[in-house]
Amino acid sequence: MTAVLTRRKSKYTPRSAPVGEDGERLTTSAMIASLDAEGRETVAAPFGNALVELAKSRPDIVALTADLSKYTDLHVFAAAYPDRFYQMGMAEQVMISAAAGLAREGFTPFATTYAVFASRRAYDFVCMAIAEESLPVKIICALPGLTTGYGPSHQATEDIAIFRGMPNLTVIDPCDATEIAQAVPALVNHPGPVYMRLLRGNVPDVLGAYDYSFEIGKAKLLREGGDVLFISSGFMTMRVLDAAKVLEKGGIGCAVLHSPTIKPLDEETIAREAAKAGRLVVTAENHTIIGGLGEAIAGCLMRSGVHVPFRQIALPDEFLDAGALPTLHDQYRISVGGVVESVRSWL
Amino acid sequence: MNDGSRDIRGSNTSLERRAWEIRRNALLMGEVQGQGYIGQALGIADVLAVSYFHALKHRPDDPEWEARDRFLLSIGHYAIALYAALIEAGVLPEDEIETYGMDDSRMPMSGMAAYSPGMEITGGSLGHGLGIAVGMCLGLKRKENPAFVYNLLSDGELGEGSTWEAVMSASQHKLDNLIAIVDFNNQQADGKSTDMLCAEPLEDKWAAFGWHVQRVDGNSIPELVAAFDAARNLEASQPRAIICQTTMCKGIPFLESREITHFIRVEADEWAKARGILDAEMPA
Repeated sequence: MTAVLTRRKSKYTPRSAPVGEDGERLTTSAMIASLDAEGRETVAAPFGNALVELAKSRPDIVALTADLSKYTDLHVFAAAYPDRFYQMGMAEQVMISAAAGLAREGFTPFATTYAVFASRRAYDFVCMAIAEESLPVKIICALPGLTTGYGPSHQATEDIAIFRGMPNLTVIDPCDATEIAQAVPALVNHPGPVYMRLLRGNVPDVLGAYDYSFEIGKAKLLREGGDVLFISSGFMTMRVLDAAKVLEKGGIGCAVLHSPTIKPLDEETIAREAAKAGRLVVTAENHTIIGGLGEAIAGCLMRSGVHVPFRQIALPDEFLDAGALPTLHDQYRISVGGVVESVRSWL
Repeated sequence: MNDGSRDIRGSNTSLERRAWEIRRNALLMGEVQGQGYIGQALGIADVLAVSYFHALKHRPDDPEWEARDRFLLSIGHYAIALYAALIEAGVLPEDEIETYGMDDSRMPMSGMAAYSPGMEITGGSLGHGLGIAVGMCLGLKRKENPAFVYNLLSDGELGEGSTWEAVMSASQHKLDNLIAIVDFNNQQADGKSTDMLCAEPLEDKWAAFGWHVQRVDGNSIPELVAAFDAARNLEASQPRAIICQTTMCKGIPFLESREITHFIRVEADEWAKARGILDAEMPA
């Protein structure tokens, strides 16, 4: 038998509207990690700045990166505390192991890279050097899910599925700049290891408008609504909040329960909210439909005896296309328009 | 030392006798299971004797002592050897020998930090120890703690790419508080290490990565003592490697001659025979 190599695209097919708001063609590089909606407030490097602030009073904080400080906002820390910053080079395995060693010596290390590299390449090291002994290493990873148009090499669409199975590890998918800034001290005060997905650069600020405070292991209701209950994490919470406003105008009331801690999941709050009669439960995540927030919630509801209509907004179980992020978010239906369309089709 | 705890370096017991005791403890543990990594334990006994009774600064009654030299066992299956040494050092009690590898034992077959006093890390997934050692060395330097970190790794472990990430990293960060001990017994699970990825010239490889390298007979106490002293006293700001050529099953000729020695089965009557051979050659 001869193996047949299939190519994703056999020829170039121009899309109908490959243009941005200013009429320019959308390019891949211009879209990396940019999640702004027009007019949205943004905060620069919320992770790096929060870490610098906290490090003033916490001399145990040190940081490591594998040649990606600029792309994980850790360069801010490196500039402020050069002697507490370790450039480990392009070597994720030793970065993770060394972080474990620093934790053994009493430090609280933050290790940063891209989510693909931490989850796929360094898994065994996170598992055996850190999680097995519950060492307080905080692994902070940029480019979660579909936040780059570079294709599967950079798109960590299954990182949560990979890490959810690891005992002792707390898994966090924050929504915006406010949450990232609040999460940093919470992570440091948490005694065990944490994997946190990161939005970097100019990060939108959404939760500042709500009465919200991040707590590890807590899901929080951001708005009420009688027809749909969104349960979401990461930047999908921004998307469902926007979608809820659109749907409301069409008479569809949407509640939004934000659940940034994927593990341990806030099963009590989720089951309680989902059990309220008459609502379609829609989970929304920037992650493959396999093994992420949606399936975690499905399991929680089954175990809790909450049997309600249930749908998942998630990325397909595929290696995703390369391209411009707005195009891809529409294509995979995780844009505001995609969410609205999906919900309407389910009601 | 003024807190009453004892430092067992420099006691009157000879290092040869310490190595003999380690071998004897290992044989007793091997007999509990009837099989296992006894070949590695007998082979590495001299290295452990020199480590724990000559080189390492440690306190048997305080395994977490902040000023101790750290000894990291990457190769979890060598736990039998380390337990044997820790028993001889008084870190683990002798009467737990009979629990080796049993349910609820503090001495599982593969070494884990949470189970045993004196076991610094969880080994077993090969290629982890040296990277953890890099982080501990960085941490000790940050704390201005002059302790050394030793990492005992195997020749087979040199096949793991992560080991070489750590080798490069240690050199890049000028970790002169790191001493890697490579047990070169030329035996892996599937055959000879040199038929796999552990090809010569080994010293040149480590040296090319910026390490100070020595290669010694790992079953010669005088050579080991000299090598450990040289590694500790080196002035250069570079990490140090000691490649120890050892013989699997050293000291028990009828086991040494076995072809497959990674995980050996020893018949019930052979344990007493092995002990008898050892007992006949007890050093002073």
